[in-house]
Amino acid sequence: MAKIVVDVMLKPEILDPQGVAVSAALPRLGFTFAKSVRQGKRFEIEVDGEPTPAQLAEVEKATEKLLANPVIETFTVRVEK
Amino acid sequence: MKVGVVTFPGTLDDRDAARAATHAGTTAVSLWHNDADLKGVDAVILPGGFSYGDYLRCGAISRFAPVMEKIIDAANGGMPLLGICNGFQVLCEAHLLPGALTRNHELHFLCRDQKLEITNNQTAWTTSYKVGQEIVIPLKNGEGSFQCDDATLAALEGEGRIIARYVGENPNGSRNKIAGITNERGNVVGLMPHPEHAIDPLTGPTADGLAFFTSVLNAMVK
Repeated sequence: MAKIVVDVMLKPEILDPQGVAVSAALPRLGFTFAKSVRQGKRFEIEVDGEPTPAQLAEVEKATEKLLANPVIETFTVRVEK
Repeated sequence: MKVGVVTFPGTLDDRDAARAATHAGTTAVSLWHNDADLKGVDAVILPGGFSYGDYLRCGAISRFAPVMEKIIDAANGGMPLLGICNGFQVLCEAHLLPGALTRNHELHFLCRDQKLEITNNQTAWTTSYKVGQEIVIPLKNGEGSFQCDDATLAALEGEGRIIARYVGENPNGSRNKIAGITNERGNVVGLMPHPEHAIDPLTGPTADGLAFFTSVLNAMVK
């Protein structure tokens, strides 16, 4: 069984208030490494067997239609072993 | 004249929207998300709430409800369609309106009476207002920040498609203080604040919202 992972992020030009809040909270806890933080979504999709190129193309299509909103978000699709 | 009010699972404001439509002199007709039937209505309101729990993105799942297919077809044919709050989010997800609504810039859920300026009275839902008129109606949302790319914003501004702006401090970080927009044809309107909660002084802060619902009656009678 393989896992297809879809990562969805807000486009860089779209304000991410959640990421801003996280990056403001880190230094309060003594973590000073972060220049900035952006928060996104991750979908893990299980499929039987090794994903075929056709299956991955379907996932791309589904992501464009439903999982991500291309108006404000970008995404990547990859297979995790 | 019959105005359909859609109920999705998680919709909150369908009763107030139906009450506002009735108050304005139209007949409110309930539409169920899972019925691909518009029951012969002349206009449709997508009310506020948290359809499908706001899962994935606000409006992202409702946009594919069976009733929406019919509504999208009818709106493309010129039927007046008003999306309030969550309904606005559904209209953006359905690409009937450009842009998207994102998390309020200060992260807080807002619930307050909000002053707006009406900036376009040529749409099916705003003819009963004057351009420049200031109104006060409730604003209540967590994801009401209107965002779009620069080209879309320039088009909205250039074509006069912003129908209302927030007056005073920008409550949620919306670009150019946008509270509501319309499509090119002027039959589809999306609005973040809630006119249906302000149709009489007994139950709302004002009666300023009623004119959205009388406007559509005038648009249809004309």
